[in-house]
Order: sequence, then structure tokens, then C-alpha cells
Amino acid sequence: MDNLIYLDHGSTTPTDQRVVEAMLPYFNKLYGNPSSIYSLARESKRAKEDAREEVAKLLNAKAEEIVFTSGGTEADNSAIKGIAFANKAKGNHIITSRIEHHAVLNTCKWLSGQGFTVSYIGVDKYGVLDLDELKGAITDKTILITIMHANNEVGVIEPLAEIARIAKDSGVCLHTDAVQTVGKIPVDVNVLGIDLLVLSGHKFYGPKGVGALYIRKGTKIASLLHGGYHEGNRRAGTENIPGIVGLGKVCKIAMEEREEDEKRVKALRDDLEERIAKKIDDIIVNGHPEMRLAGTLNICVKYIEGESMLLCLDHEGIAASSGSACTSASLEPSHVLTAMGIPAELAHGSLRFTLGRSNTKEDIDKVIEVLPPIVSKLRKMSPFGKG
Amino acid sequence: MEYSEKVMEHFMNPRNVGEIKDADGVGEVGNPVCGDLMTMYIRVKDDVITDIKFKTFGCGAAIATSSMVTELVKDKTIKEALSITNKDVVDELDGLPPIKMHCSLLAEEGIKAAIEDYRKRKDKKDSRNQRFEIEN
Repeated sequence: MDNLIYLDHGSTTPTDQRVVEAMLPYFNKLYGNPSSIYSLARESKRAKEDAREEVAKLLNAKAEEIVFTSGGTEADNSAIKGIAFANKAKGNHIITSRIEHHAVLNTCKWLSGQGFTVSYIGVDKYGVLDLDELKGAITDKTILITIMHANNEVGVIEPLAEIARIAKDSGVCLHTDAVQTVGKIPVDVNVLGIDLLVLSGHKFYGPKGVGALYIRKGTKIASLLHGGYHEGNRRAGTENIPGIVGLGKVCKIAMEEREEDEKRVKALRDDLEERIAKKIDDIIVNGHPEMRLAGTLNICVKYIEGESMLLCLDHEGIAASSGSACTSASLEPSHVLTAMGIPAELAHGSLRFTLGRSNTKEDIDKVIEVLPPIVSKLRKMSPFGKG
Repeated sequence: MEYSEKVMEHFMNPRNVGEIKDADGVGEVGNPVCGDLMTMYIRVKDDVITDIKFKTFGCGAAIATSSMVTELVKDKTIKEALSITNKDVVDELDGLPPIKMHCSLLAEEGIKAAIEDYRKRKDKKDSRNQRFEIEN
């Protein structure tokens, strides 16, 4: 794996070595249960609260507004189900978008079988939420709006501040899945006006299996997990101290290095985009030209299918991803691309490169060297008359 | 999900890719909306498939099963070719992940569609010839 060119940072990232080192003592030296009373335990508790401060700082939140979870999916479930169950007396209507991550979509879908109704708001061709449709969907029964900060597949950044104004005007709680943005672009819960926000450690060089849920003070929410009195009685279960320490550390690093990283990654991504467009005919770049995460390039390559491109890229030591049905457990192509109005046969031919900290200009050169021949080889095999 | 070495070998080096210009039978199966489309071209002489080519839009499994099925039916009689099932294709490829089994079905259907097309054309030709003989 030494020569691997990793272009799938949207899926996960390698844990920063500084983070790994910060975590290590908490496995077998400072292993105390923070709920206990002795000094070893107090050490764990202190580390946990220090980490909470770091997470809060990155979001411009208060430490007591941060709840640690096992990751993004648990945090999304906690937020959505927690708001839904705590506000049943007020209403049973939830609004989300058609391009959410499955952690949100399938949670909403499950709730719709539990007496809640869900509206799925559409997006334009760039993947930007239709704000008029959102406004029109709000009723006096609406208790939650949940819209992702940036989309994982195409990288489009949603106009959250505007969405927050709409939510506030209607007195509706706003939740955002921000696993793709925290640590990559500025995320300030007060500037944006968010009530609940989800982040995940492994999406920005932290460890897997740890995330956090921001809950604005005063928000009425039920707990998902019941048990001991951990996390201010909001999330039961002995805390994953090494993971939490790692999350704190990575938030601290992000505060210091995020801006520099973003600039560098964007330059590489722009170079990749420009050269692919020059070298390969009949491609479409998906997502918004400007309002897009710096590291994301999602393209549809006409006449061929995504998984076969990924296999050929893998053969050349390049890791990327696709919105093709064949790369998932379903037979449907990407719901995100479909919601953006991209026909299914094109969506099957999508390719997603998500660049990150480790990438270099040489990586981009390699992609530009190997991708065009892969595309032309597969097009020669395709019955769509190209090649 | 992981492919067998044999699947990868056929995917990376597919056999019999292309078209046959004046094929005796052409079968097109699948649907690009579902992510796969397969076109099979056969040449038949004395009831034997003497040449076969394919063009496929699809995933690794779709391309590997297309390639494998062309190898299995080449130089076989029509009857032998019709007896080849998707299971034979999968076995020859040392297995396929469960969610990719439909790709092997597509390969079987592709061959059957090409043979059906061949038979239709032949029947037409035969009846035309018959008519020609009667008229003369």
C-alpha cells in the first residue's frame, strides 16, 4: 500500500500521527473509567473535558453543548429521533432534503413508520436546496428541519445561514449533518444559527468510532441510549476515552491548520478538474462551481460505468469512489445525482475524487496519466457507439 | 465486496470484445438505467457458433461474465450454447459476490437473445427461400 494514491478522503481519512500519539496513553496507561472516583479515573475525566473544550472551540459552542457519540450515524440518529420524540406534543412533521446521507435519510424514513410525516425537499442542478420549496413545506406541525451542511458525494455547500433564518422565523429547530465540513471549512454554530450539529472524527484525520453532537442550550431533546448517567445524562455508556482524546486533538489541529490545508487541497483539485476536462471528452462536472468543498471533484463519464473505472484505477494504485449502483448494496444509482436531475445511466458513470492533506501534485499527474486510457479502453467495450 | 482472481483477470483482459459487422444473430439485454447493457454478436455456420463478440456497458462483473460466456459458447452447437446457464458462468469465474449474480443472468440471457435473433432471421430466410422455390 506504499504507493497508494488515496483520493477518497470524503469516505475516511488516515488518523493524524499526532492524534494517534495523543490517544495511546489512554488505552493501557490512563485507562480509568471517568465515572469512578480515584485519581486514575479523574485523569480520564480531565482528558475528556479538555477534549470537549477543543471540540466546542472549533464550533464556537459552549463545552456543555457537546455530547460525544460513537460517530456521525449515532449522532444523526440521536438528534433526529431525540427531537422527534421530545416534541411529539408540538407536532409530527420533519423536513429534510433529498440529498442527505443515509444516516439522516433512513432515520427519517424509519420515523415515518412511527407516526411522523417527512417532507423531502428538492435541489437544483448544482445540488443546492430549493429554499422556496423549504419555506412552503413548513406547517404548524413542523418540529425539525434537518439539512446537511455539505454533501458527501458532490461537495455542494448548502446555504445553511439562510436555512437557519427560515427555520428561526417559523420557530422550528434546525439540525445539520456537518461531517463533511467540520475541520475543512469554518463552522460556527452561532454565525450559522444551528440548533443541532453532527461531526465525525474520522472525516478529518481523527479516529473512527467517535463523533460529537452539538445541542444548543435549551433545546428540548430525548436521549437515544438509556443507561448510566454519562454525558450529562444525554448519552449513556462508558465513554470512548482514547477516541474522545483523539477527537479533541484533531479539533485543535484543525483550528491551526484548516485554512492552509484548504488552500493547498483546492489548488490540487482545481488542477485535477481542469486537466481531466481537457483530456477526456464527454464528461460532466457535478456540483456547484464555487459553493463546493475544496477537495471534492465529482464527474460523470459518459458511456461507461463507475465501478469498472474504480477497478481499473485500483489496479493502478488509485483509490476513488463512485455513485454507481454497482458500488453499493442497492441497484439504484446515487440518490444525490438523481435528485440533481442527472439521468440514471449517467449517474452510473460517476466518479468521485476527494482530495486531502496527503495528496501531492505527483498524485494528480498520475491520475491524468492513467485515467484517459482507462476511459478509452472501457468506452471501446461499451455498446454506446463511442470508440 | 471482493471479486475472484478469475473475475479480475477476465475484467482486465476481456476476450472477444467488439462487434461482428454482418452477424447472423444479435442479442441486446439489460438496461442502462439499471447500470448494465450487453450486446452479443454471433456468427453461425452449420449450427455451430463459429464467432462471437460482445460490447458491454456495466460493472466489473458484467464485463467479466460477458467475456466468460463468450468463451463458453464459442465453437459450440446452438443446442450446447443454449444449455449453458448463468451458474456455469459463475462457476467458471470461481464465484461472484451475491449482489452481482444478476450480471451472470444477463450473460446467459444475452446469448439466448442472440440465438433467438439468429433463429428468427433463419426462419425468415428459409421461408423466403421456400417461397422462392415455389414461385419458380
